[in-house]
Amino acid sequence: MNKLERSQPLPTSARISLGQTGPSIPTREQLSFQLDHALARDAVHAQLEVTTILRGLEQRGLRALALESAAGDRRTYLRRPDLGRMLHPDSAQILQHHACDLAPSPEVVFILADGLSALAVDRHALPLLDATLSLLSPLPYPQGPVVIVTQGRVAIGDEIGQRLGAKLSVLLIGERPGLSSPDSLGVYITWEPRAGRTDAERNCISNIRAEGLSYSDAAARIAYYLHEAQRLQATGIALKDPAHPLLSTGR
Amino acid sequence: MVYSHTVRGITHSFADLRTLLAKASPQRSGDELAGIAASGSEERAIAQMTLAELPLRTFLNEAVVPYESDDVTRLIVDTHDAEAFAPVSGLSVGELRDWLLSDEATPIRLASLAPGLTPEMAAAVSKLMRAQDLIYVARKISVVTRFRTTVGLPGRLATRLQPNHPTDDTLGIAASILDGLLLGSGDAVIGINPVSDNPQTVTTLLRMLDHIRQRYAIPTQSCVLAHITTQMQAMKAGAPLDLLFQSIAGTEAANKSFGITLDLLAEGHAMARELRRGGIENECGGENLYYFETGQGSALSANAHLGSGGGGVDQQTLEARAYAVARHFQPFLVNTVVGFIGPEYLYDGKQIQRAGLEDHFCGKLLGLPMGCDICYTNHAEADQDDMDALLTMLGAAGVNYIMGVPGADDIMLNYQSTSFHDALYLRRLLGLRHAPEFEAWLAGDTYCELKRIGQPSALLLGGAL
Repeated sequence: MNKLERSQPLPTSARISLGQTGPSIPTREQLSFQLDHALARDAVHAQLEVTTILRGLEQRGLRALALESAAGDRRTYLRRPDLGRMLHPDSAQILQHHACDLAPSPEVVFILADGLSALAVDRHALPLLDATLSLLSPLPYPQGPVVIVTQGRVAIGDEIGQRLGAKLSVLLIGERPGLSSPDSLGVYITWEPRAGRTDAERNCISNIRAEGLSYSDAAARIAYYLHEAQRLQATGIALKDPAHPLLSTGR
Repeated sequence: MVYSHTVRGITHSFADLRTLLAKASPQRSGDELAGIAASGSEERAIAQMTLAELPLRTFLNEAVVPYESDDVTRLIVDTHDAEAFAPVSGLSVGELRDWLLSDEATPIRLASLAPGLTPEMAAAVSKLMRAQDLIYVARKISVVTRFRTTVGLPGRLATRLQPNHPTDDTLGIAASILDGLLLGSGDAVIGINPVSDNPQTVTTLLRMLDHIRQRYAIPTQSCVLAHITTQMQAMKAGAPLDLLFQSIAGTEAANKSFGITLDLLAEGHAMARELRRGGIENECGGENLYYFETGQGSALSANAHLGSGGGGVDQQTLEARAYAVARHFQPFLVNTVVGFIGPEYLYDGKQIQRAGLEDHFCGKLLGLPMGCDICYTNHAEADQDDMDALLTMLGAAGVNYIMGVPGADDIMLNYQSTSFHDALYLRRLLGLRHAPEFEAWLAGDTYCELKRIGQPSALLLGGAL
């Protein structure tokens, strides 16, 4: 069993030793909780900085496309997960046009979706993309445009990947904000993204943020999954997590 | 069969029982998502009038999910107790509401009625009840269960101490447990949701829980909420398992999506009984060792909500059907994790509150030891004020137990539940006491020594683990 050393802080961010006033939580802790909830709520309702991200991609010499899901707005997005999983007809048409110009079909397409935290994508998507592309450089295979999609859920990557004829999709998406983690980014990697794929057919990397999994660790995992997916021609349950300890620090 | 009702000269029809129940259900984003909700307030009100006229016997003749294709329906029909049903067999759904609220419905009569009611009857009558009805009737029903503590006695409120940690760190978990114990939490169970669903983790955590329990001689029980098959593997490896946990739902297909069958639940139950821990088969006659969790919307989220004619069944009726699965195994605790599922099923504080009261009422009416995880996620339109209102209402309704999470913030599951302090508030406000065995421990020397040291960090430095 683990033992606590005198110099060691408690290995937890749980809200313990809060003190009491009568039966209740003291004012300072109450207000601190309220601020954290406000940050999480604002992250859910924030709009993705699409223009800024497009400019960032352009500066990196990456082709990019900005699309929208069929959900339209946040209120609809929250109530109708089905609409967040499909492209708006106008966006579908734009993508279809684009796909016609692509020859050959891309091996990998990177997708940035706001999900439940636009803040996570605003903060972490480009740095993670940089770390990943530098690991993969030079790309041994054709890469599609980077697709940005607003009001998007994980499965929207399947429609995008399918329309582009991609072998693999790497979807970077804002995760559901926790009280202590408003800006956590997740990554989903899917072999042959096609409508109807289930989560069991994807590999996921979670908790990418300053206090969580680092960009370099996350990029190493993405590179590992891409390599293994091409070897196995599959993702999901068939593709096991890396055994290497350096790659197993996060979940 | 078509159900019709004439209101102010206009006749309204509903295609079948499944449709009628869905249209009569109070507004719920999940039913709207499934495309089965009433088209508006008027249709809902008329559906409720139609449902009120429906004889209870109808539910014995028409299944909302077909008997042939669903083992939960078969369980409901095959275990229905006609003798217990007899006193209300001539009533309509509306008349059942009146009877439940009347002084005729004494605690003893309500208890003996439970096996005569089907989940669909319970769900139907709840749809005609306001918040105060759901509170008042549930308050009349006591469901008492025993392991090392006795939970559900009138005038008592217990808590599940929930010390989750994002990496299953034993020291981090222990710190939360000690913090909870210092605030009097944990008389229902100390229960950890593990990150890793593997037998080694479950065994390690169960050993740690057992160590703390024995070191401080705490009258309580422990649980690690992994999948039942993982817990069974841990038992085979000699893990000290008290309560056996599993999430359950109201259709065979939804249970299948959870990786369980009724047979598997029976197999796990037999295996855990063999361990003869706690009160099982000893002088106090304990029979309860399951800890079940449920929640409205779980069937729909697995696309396993379909019933007769291939149409969707409303999420509140399906939730009540999960209680039929639960009561078959005489559980120690049942927990509706009401706001965890998200706004596509329960949109805001109002929907979460209503669902929490319905689940508690239906569970108690069907004879279950109901607790509630009064909770919300950050993408739902809800906040602490909404949870305080539900907490206070459920306290008044006599809820068996609630959760205790450090500062209400679950750092592993990323949602907000009730804090250790919330239970202190509710006990003080309503004069509720701990489970008796735990209450005695709180008055004893060990607890006095714990309080003297006073901080989790000091206790851990003193070798609490």
